[in-house]
Amino acid sequence: MPTFLREVHMKRHNLLDILFRNVTRLSAFAVLLLLVAIIVSLIIGSLPSIKTFNFRFFTSAEWDPVTNEFGALVPIVGTLVTSGIALLIAIPVSFGIALFLTELSPRWLRRPLGIAIELLAGIPSIIYGMWGLFVFAPLFADYVQPWLIEKLGPLPVFGPLFQGIPMGIGVLTAGIILAIMVIPFIASVMRDVFEVVPTLLKESAYGLGATTWEVMWHVVLPYTKIGVAGGIMLGLGRALGETMAVTFVIGNAHKLSASLLMPGNSISSALANEFNEAVGELYTSALVELGLILFLITFIVLSLARYMLYMLTKREGSTT
Amino acid sequence: MTKLNRFLYIFGLAASVSLTVNASAVNLTGAGATFPYPIYAKWADTYKTQTGISLNYQSIGSGGGIKQIIAKTVDFGASDMPLKPEELEKNGLMQFPAVMGGVVPVINVTGVAAGQLKLDGKVLADIFLGKITKWNDPALMALNAGTKLPNETITVVHRSDGSGTTFIFTNYLSKVSPEWKSAVGEGTAVSWKAGTGGKGNEGVASYVQRIKNSIGYVEYAYALQNKMTYAQLKNHDGQFVKPDDSSFKAAATNADWEKAPGFYELLTNEPGKESWPITGATFILMHKTQDKLETAKEVLKFFDWAYINGGKTAEALDYVPMPEKVQKLVRAAWKSQVKDSKGTAIWK
Repeated sequence: MPTFLREVHMKRHNLLDILFRNVTRLSAFAVLLLLVAIIVSLIIGSLPSIKTFNFRFFTSAEWDPVTNEFGALVPIVGTLVTSGIALLIAIPVSFGIALFLTELSPRWLRRPLGIAIELLAGIPSIIYGMWGLFVFAPLFADYVQPWLIEKLGPLPVFGPLFQGIPMGIGVLTAGIILAIMVIPFIASVMRDVFEVVPTLLKESAYGLGATTWEVMWHVVLPYTKIGVAGGIMLGLGRALGETMAVTFVIGNAHKLSASLLMPGNSISSALANEFNEAVGELYTSALVELGLILFLITFIVLSLARYMLYMLTKREGSTT
Repeated sequence: MTKLNRFLYIFGLAASVSLTVNASAVNLTGAGATFPYPIYAKWADTYKTQTGISLNYQSIGSGGGIKQIIAKTVDFGASDMPLKPEELEKNGLMQFPAVMGGVVPVINVTGVAAGQLKLDGKVLADIFLGKITKWNDPALMALNAGTKLPNETITVVHRSDGSGTTFIFTNYLSKVSPEWKSAVGEGTAVSWKAGTGGKGNEGVASYVQRIKNSIGYVEYAYALQNKMTYAQLKNHDGQFVKPDDSSFKAAATNADWEKAPGFYELLTNEPGKESWPITGATFILMHKTQDKLETAKEVLKFFDWAYINGGKTAEALDYVPMPEKVQKLVRAAWKSQVKDSKGTAIWK
């Protein structure tokens, strides 16, 4: 090829390269810009409410559209508690699923089980909500809640969590439905990361006489902890923001109650319920501030998780 | 048929469809309350086949409807809660009632049949305040001598979303219970003192059906369609009445629309032996000064048509059409209030 031709060729390549780089950069910045724009508009939207209620917004359980007195304590607590219950149930179950799929299951069963779990993840949340309300809640009210109220209700310390009347719906039901919804996410991430653990490591441990449990606990889990934590965070993120399924079963009452069997409210379900018909500047603004708080909670939770991981890896020195 | 041919065929079809739509020129848009959506949609459908004029109604909620009409993004707004005369004045709006419905207390108590339970306003308010917590409370027993009521805790079910239904219900409770008025008040959303919230009429209906020993309130149509156990109510004249078309109509006829400025009339706790105490109308909002004369005229024509021809359809969907007397007042209001920029009346 003559030199000048090659130069033209190179130039064109360079140009394409630059173009490509800028397009990708633009896309990346667009996401950042979008994020900033959302935060800014949330802040602007919630200004009237921030000015009126100040810090009281976080501590007040009052939510009265008639007198325009709003406090976010109930939905904040509801969001955290339902997500907490969901993780409490989902993490051990998902761990069990992933462990079984990667270590114990016969080979022919792995694929169908894995696909079933992935299908669970694809079900729209409103289906979970409807199933929760129409199928799960009545069964829960008839068979489980009376037992909880009778056996656990009178206990000291934990007792108040399980007092009340068996309605089927409530904070606990919402937590359980959320758990079912996040299990496929956490389980499939856990399975994927467990699968990439080098066979060499596991075989060595087995060779030293370790049991399956010991291999999981001392070899697989430490090796994959970042991935596992990532999976849990993914699940938590979904649980915090889940709207429709929670709205169906949480009971939507702006009331603080010690009992998990009583109705409560979560930030996202309060938004879903009330935004359409919210009349007046302050009401709308209080709802927007709720959205802002959900944003902050998600941000704080994710940062905490990152920090935790950072500390974990630091303590181990420069491994992984 | 080849691919290209098929494509051209479909394209041509689509083009011809869009052409026919364009031919009918005026397109009316409205937005607001969810409660009257089924009847507006049905009316619009029939109206389109008869006149070719299409009406697009979005049920985004009364609050949204008010916002949209003030912003002039729609030709008319719809709200279950009438605006106060001063609010209408402030935004240059006028309103008129389109159709009525009733709100019904529904219960789920084993052994109590539909229409068997009797309630009065004060007891109903006390239940929703969380003051009466048991079905065999002396106050309930006194109203229901002869009916066996269980020693069970009452679960109150209310709306979790803002709603015109809630407004009518709380307006009634505020009228009959001073304690309700001071502790809770009236509005499309209020601070509930007891119970659990369901989203929409269907949400409340399904909660009441699923939770034993519960009480809630829904639009009459939902109570009928779901075959729910409704309660009788003691009305203004001290009579126990059942919710049905005739008791809603009685309430509307006994209401004094003429003396209500801007049709700000709430049909709760109306006098009359037959009147159902929790009745309410749903309203249409329009700008008093119209820029788009043709469209405004068509909107008025549509509702005029609905008054004259839509009554049967409304009844079939369990709504109550406006009485003739009220229709006349509304037409007079159109004439005197809806004008073009020069002040000439649009409705003749």
